[in-house]
Amino acid sequence: MKINRRQMLILLPAAAVAWESVLAGTPEESPNYKMTDHWWSMLIDIPKCIGCGNCVRACQTENDVPEGYFRTWVERYHVSDWPMTKSGDITPNPLIAPEVISPKGGKEGFPTATDESGKYFFVPKLCNQCADSPCTQVCPVGATFVAPDGVVLVDQKYCLGCGYCVQACPYGCRYIHPAKEVADKCTLCYHRITKGLTTACCEACPTGARQLVDLKDPKDPIHEFLKTHSVQVLKPQMATGAKVFYNDLDGSVR
Amino acid sequence: MSVFKDAGHLFRFAGLFVLAFLVFLVARHFVVPKSFGQYGHYRGASIGEIAARPVKFAGHEACEACHSDVADKKKTGKHAHVNCEACHGALAGHADDPTVKPVLPDTAVLCAQCHTASAAKPKGFPQVAPADHSQGLSCETCHQPHNPGMNAPTAAAGGAK
Repeated sequence: MKINRRQMLILLPAAAVAWESVLAGTPEESPNYKMTDHWWSMLIDIPKCIGCGNCVRACQTENDVPEGYFRTWVERYHVSDWPMTKSGDITPNPLIAPEVISPKGGKEGFPTATDESGKYFFVPKLCNQCADSPCTQVCPVGATFVAPDGVVLVDQKYCLGCGYCVQACPYGCRYIHPAKEVADKCTLCYHRITKGLTTACCEACPTGARQLVDLKDPKDPIHEFLKTHSVQVLKPQMATGAKVFYNDLDGSVR
Repeated sequence: MSVFKDAGHLFRFAGLFVLAFLVFLVARHFVVPKSFGQYGHYRGASIGEIAARPVKFAGHEACEACHSDVADKKKTGKHAHVNCEACHGALAGHADDPTVKPVLPDTAVLCAQCHTASAAKPKGFPQVAPADHSQGLSCETCHQPHNPGMNAPTAAAGGAK
């Protein structure tokens, strides 16, 4: 068989494409779970959170989070009353400078508050599972990614531990695991939600302040909730596509 | 053929390129994991690896499969929507093998974790100063944790009316 130059030029790219698919291997089929049917996220209902720290403890148990590191944590905000002075001095805006505490990430609860002035509320934080995540964009080796079901994951066998993603996350949700020396973060309990369970933090939350949501499920109550409540995401100005929704979030929360 | 008369060095150069490309392909074959690029610029197989981790919280459905009596008791009370493992802790080990006996939580510590009064808690949430509220009595003297209302069927005498 004779191959002329024109035929060769057509064959070479075709062979390259075929070779690529050989390298990729065949996709693994999971019997019960189809990634493309889900778009996972979470709803945080601020008025329901009592700051008990159950979620933080549950997360650390479920995911073997090392002591002093957090995949989820709870912050307590105290926004003081507007300071009124008779002299008409310019006073600092308490909304811009709230008092925020998170002792041990709220793992052991919070000290009893006795100051009745101002307002208090708890803000549980976790990975916002951003759709346009800055952390996945900076990874030099492709070790972190947005999975087809919307969860931001870390491939710990592939991670170099360079820490770019830790710096890139505007929410401070990542850390370098002190023993494994690779990036670690909230996986939205990926090993649980793919088995039909809810996350450990949602399972342990006594007031229902945290709810796992599947935005691709038309029966999920989140759709009705989003229509009827004032819901925000954290740092929308960063355009991260964050999809952890906060109901009744105060303007002082950063 | 006059055009290609002295083209031998060009062919050698081209051959070198082809050889380098083949070496690159072979090296890539061994270095890049099989599933890299399956869904995007990452190792597709890692998704399955992360999903395969064992669970530690069994989930309330697993508890209720055996402990339906407790589930019935809880249903009508204030703690209806508090999941079992919110108080009892992670018990997948017990759910998988019932001979593994869980330790009962200490109500003096447990109840206080949520119900200790604080100005920071939402106003509608039931909260007490434990020392004043019970004068040292344990919580379950009056409140059954699974159905904590004072008029619950199992509450101490005098509570019901």
